[in-house]
This record gives sequence, C-alpha cells and structure tokens, in this order.
Amino acid sequence: MSFVSGGARLTRARWSLYLSVGVIGLAVILLLAPLVGPGAHGRGVALMSPRAVWGDGIDATIFWHVRLPRTLAAALVGAALAAAGCAFQAVLRNPLAEPFTLGVSSGASLAAVIAIRLGVASVAGTAGVGAAAVIGAVAAVALVWQLGRVGATLPPATLVLAGVTVSMFCGAAALVVQATADFAEMSRMLRWMMGGLEWTQLATVARALPPLVLGAAVLIWLGRDLNALAAGPEAAASVGVAVGRTQTLAFAAASLLVGTSIAIAGPIGFVGLIVPHALRATVGPDHRVLVPMSLLGGAALVVGCDTIARVLGQLPVGVVTALAGGPFFLVLLVRGKRGSALWRSE
Amino acid sequence: MLALADVTFGYDARAVVRGVSLTVARGELVALVGPNGAGKTTVARLAAGLVPPRTGTARIDGRDPATTARREVAQRLAYLPQRYELAFPFTALEVVMMGRYARQRGPGLDSAADEAAARAALARCDVAGLAERRFDALSGGERRRIVLAQALCQGAEAIILDEPTAALDPAHAIAVAQALADERGRGAAVLIVTHDLDLAARYADRIVAMADGAVVADAAPAAVLADPRVQAAFGVTLHVGALPGGERFVVAR
Repeated sequence: MSFVSGGARLTRARWSLYLSVGVIGLAVILLLAPLVGPGAHGRGVALMSPRAVWGDGIDATIFWHVRLPRTLAAALVGAALAAAGCAFQAVLRNPLAEPFTLGVSSGASLAAVIAIRLGVASVAGTAGVGAAAVIGAVAAVALVWQLGRVGATLPPATLVLAGVTVSMFCGAAALVVQATADFAEMSRMLRWMMGGLEWTQLATVARALPPLVLGAAVLIWLGRDLNALAAGPEAAASVGVAVGRTQTLAFAAASLLVGTSIAIAGPIGFVGLIVPHALRATVGPDHRVLVPMSLLGGAALVVGCDTIARVLGQLPVGVVTALAGGPFFLVLLVRGKRGSALWRSE
Repeated sequence: MLALADVTFGYDARAVVRGVSLTVARGELVALVGPNGAGKTTVARLAAGLVPPRTGTARIDGRDPATTARREVAQRLAYLPQRYELAFPFTALEVVMMGRYARQRGPGLDSAADEAAARAALARCDVAGLAERRFDALSGGERRRIVLAQALCQGAEAIILDEPTAALDPAHAIAVAQALADERGRGAAVLIVTHDLDLAARYADRIVAMADGAVVADAAPAAVLADPRVQAAFGVTLHVGALPGGERFVVAR
C-alpha cells in the first residue's frame, strides 16, 4: 500500500490520515503481541485467550508481568531507534546513517561492558548498566562530533568516517574488556550485547518514558528544518533554518533516544535503517510525516520482531532484527544497482 | 538593501576576497562578473550572510546577518546557491514550498496560500508541469528553474542568485533574466553572479567586475565591459554591440 502524495502539499487532513493509519496499525499489533507466545513444549505458536488475561491463572501472570512490559519496552525501543535513525540520516544527508554506523551503539556497548566488568551490575543492577550505556552513547556522539567537525560545519563524509573509527575502536576495546572477564561476567556481557528484553519490568518502561518523549518531541518539532537540510546547510540557511542549532538539537535528541533505548534493551541493530527507508518509499520523504511515522513504524517492527523472538525460543530481539536487516540490505543493494535514487552518488 | 563594506575573507591563510565593497539598492539589478576563481561566489555568500567576513561589514536591510535570526534573514533575502542537490526524493512542488518555510510558524504544515505561491512561482519559471515529478529525476536545466522558483516563492525583498542561468537553454535563460527583471520592477534588490555577459549587459543596471578577489570595476554595463582592466582580467577583448531595438550584446575575442 502506498500513500505517497505525488507532490501534493502536506495538509492537516493528509497528515492526520497517515498518523491515524499508523496509530491504528500499531495499536492492533500492541494488543495482539502479548497474546502470542510459544505453544506447548515450546513448539508452534499459541494465542492466549483475551478472557484468560483478566483471570487469576498463570496466563494472566504471564500477560501482565512478562509479556506486556516486554511488548511496551519493545515498542519504546523501536520507536526511539527508528526516529533517531531518521534524524541522523536527515542531518548527515546520508541514507545509510544510523546509530550503528555512527558509533553511538558501540560507545554505549563499551560503557556497559566496562560497567559489568567493574561490578556495577552487582551493585546497581541493570539500571546501573543502563545508565553507563547512556553515558557511553553521549560520549561517543560528543567524540564523533568533535572528530567529524570541520570548523563550524559537519560534513557528512568526515562525520561518518569518524563514526566508523569510533565504532571500530569501541568494538575492539569491548573485546579487550571481555578478555579480562570471568565466565559469569562474559555471559552477562554477551547477553547484553546481543540485545534483549527478557527481564524488562514496567518500572523500567516508566523510567524510560520521559527521555523518550522529550527526544521524540524535539525531532517532531524539527521536521520542517530536517526537510530543508536535505539540500545542504547553505540551502537550508537560505530558507530560514538555523543550521547549527538544528544540527545540535537533532543530534542531542537522537543521542538521548539511542542511549535510553540501549539502556533498556542493549544494542539492537538495523531498526534505524530499515524503518525510515521503508517509510520514505511509502509516505514520502517529508520529515513532518516521516519522523512521527518512524516512531510508530519502529515500534511496530520491534514489537513484531520480539514476538517472533519469543515464539522461536526466547531469542534476543537483536538477533531477529539483525537477521531481518541483512536481507533488507540485500534488497536495497539490488534496487540500487537498478538505479534507485536512495543510492545515487551525489 | 544589500551592503558589503571593505570586506575581506579567506578559507585559510590566503585571502580570496580582499577589500570588497558592494551595494545593491531596492529596485536595482546588479551583475557580479569575473573570471573563474575571482571570488564571486564567496562575495555572494558574504552578502547573503552565510559566512562572516574576517574584516569589514555585511548588512542586509541594515542588519548584521551574524546577529539576526536566520528566519528573519530569510524573510528578507532569498539565496540561490550554485549547486543544489537533495539527499532524499522530494517532488518539485515540495522543493519549491520549502521557500515558504520562513513564513510558517512552529512545526507548521503547508497552507493553501503556500501552495498557491509555489505553483505561481513554478509557472513563472515555466516548470508548472513538473510540479509532481521527483526533483532528482529532472534534467539539470529543469532543476535549476525549480530552485529559482523556490527563491521567487520566498517573496523576499532581496535575491542573490549564483549562476541562475547555468545549464539553461537560451530561451529559458532569457525567461529567467526577465523574471529577475520583473522582481527588480516590483522593488526587489537583485544580485546575480554570472558568466553570461550578454544577459548582464542587457538586464543589469550595474555590473561589478572582480579579479583575484578584488573589485576592478563597478559601473553601468557598457562602461564596465569597455574597461581595459576588465578585459585584462578576462584575458579577452570584449566587443559590445547593439541590436536595432537597442539591446546590447557582447562578443569576446
């Protein structure tokens, strides 16, 4: 189904139509996902009866205490990563930019691994590791920003190069930290780095909500400026965009979203790439629509992937998104060879 | 409306603009000409407030662009850069409507008035039929006219255009020059950077000639094109003639 406008102006009616379809679609997925789980003896798929949810049995306990927090956390993480990917792509004018290619995820992972190695997890629990991840994400962004900056501007090429460099360094440093860890710590590190939502509680979701709402609100507010930045900093400035302020705000908001999402679920790849790409082909490139739709689409994608992960045997959701991301990249590559505009050289 | 006073600028230790002073009044069309590397584009960017001068001052409607909100600057000044490449597949109409952003409030959506202004600008640039086409699928000349339509759609009192007729066929180059002359007619201050000396001679009120980062002549078109310093800067002899209707043309030998 395609909603691409064909160039018509973005009216309130058209904006509302997109958002309504997105909200209804996500609501259906959010209602169904916690009802779906593995069948008896871990085989097949079983659908929980909605009536059982309101009873006193084991199904109700599983629904309210296990699946619902996990589903809500998946939605928040997906929304955050997709919106952050969308913002990074707009600011850098690069459709391949996302938290992973910019080193943000690697920085967060390194900080989390160090926190586990230093015993923060034993003292402060997963919240402590999560806080370390947020600090790592912000530090990585600050470092990439400094390395990629040329004077007062942020050329996409130097920024992506800086991101790849920071990402590789953090990855190697994380391996060094792992090499010094004992078996229990290493197991915890691996589990965390694969990305998962298995132990999420409603309190975690509640804690993550304020920073995610703030980051998402800032990016929605910047939608028009992100459109203008698609033509480059000078063209954006000529139509009234305060380029430096917009870049700083978008980076800060996207980093907040990524850091918070990593704090909840560890690094989860490809969401920031898949969702904006797919939606750009569906609703068009206008960020006034694309950012809110990425929030909804990212939430739907990660909830779907996490449901598949649960059904397949409690796999970390990061494994499923990575398995989905690989073929998606291949499709993009094949389309690119046929001349897709998303991959054209500038 | 646009004023540079004794401006100097360089991207590194070497100065690419040296002591340039330039004014464009309301209702005036000024052409900035010169050989490649003379510093014309840098002067246009200085005049648009996109880069701050090292020394000297830049003013747009009496205001310092460095201390004025970019949104306020964009309500007074439209700037057409030499290169305009989009990272994402916007349509031509969406590109032109970006010219209305400085007049929208908050995260605002496009109004019917915005669309009417954009379609009128597209029609003025003879690209109304391309409104729903993807910008990145158009030819170089068509893209140039779309971006010009964006600048016209901005409704600013001053317009700076860096090579607005580059990549255009003669008919469309004349149409664009006429559209700019019309903007002058409604009281706008228009500054164009151009290599098209014919159009500069026909449409400009003044020509400012640059060489090696400095202004070598600033006067009426006929006087500038006959100036030996300008001809030396270009490295050619310029012959200015006139058609029976009085329109000037330039032949370089």
